[in-house]
Amino acid sequence: MSSIKLRASTKDGITTVKTLISHPMETGSRKDAKTGEKIPAHFIQEVVCTHNGANVLTASWGPAISKNPYLSFSFKGGASGDKVGLSWVDNKGEKDTDETEIKEIK
Amino acid sequence: MTSMKRRIFLKGSLASGALGVAVSTGLLTPRTALAAWAKEAFEAKDINSALSGLFGTSDLTASDKIKIKAPDIAENGAVVPISVSTDMDGVESITIVAEKNQNPLTATFTLGATTLPDVSTRIKMGKTSSVIAIVKSGGKLYSTGKEVKVTIGGCGG
Repeated sequence: MSSIKLRASTKDGITTVKTLISHPMETGSRKDAKTGEKIPAHFIQEVVCTHNGANVLTASWGPAISKNPYLSFSFKGGASGDKVGLSWVDNKGEKDTDETEIKEIK
Repeated sequence: MTSMKRRIFLKGSLASGALGVAVSTGLLTPRTALAAWAKEAFEAKDINSALSGLFGTSDLTASDKIKIKAPDIAENGAVVPISVSTDMDGVESITIVAEKNQNPLTATFTLGATTLPDVSTRIKMGKTSSVIAIVKSGGKLYSTGKEVKVTIGGCGG
């Protein structure tokens, strides 16, 4: 199962991409309630979004992005059936990627 | 946390096929995947150092063409929805800074040629502070800020 929920819809020549990523986005400041130890930082550092293979957005994140990050943005163009991809890499080198097809909204 | 690790491990082994496809189709090129994270900028404790680390300068020009959509009062500092948009042309990047966070630099978005200068995400805020949006256009940095009151801090520190 992917950590990424990705939706891309197009209307009037603008494609909107929305994504929700499952990730703890630990800042490294939070203490474990039971042990009192700091939970190590574990957060997504880079997100890359593509449209038919071309970069449309690169995001660099710090740990202050909320847990289970939400991201939404739009780009000009995009047709029904085009591929939109999203990949992320975190500070531990863990990564995930997903792809969806643009749906046209009438 | 272990279930998360297990899920990521399983996902890693299951997704190796997908990742292979992604690499071959250029979805996740090695260059993109290994692009350096601006560690000094993200770990800077003041805004000027963060911006210098990211852009090589902290010179900002105030602009009323940048709109920040954020709650006046955030009930939960762990999840504060922020949208930044502008009608400026030639926007190269949008950066979000939470002035009073331990590390003010929160996120930076580099836009593709066809991408609209309009991004939305959710950030953590440790306490009431200004959220500052910086737009890079024509090699220059423009900014605006909006105060967001936080009732319960969201950084856990």
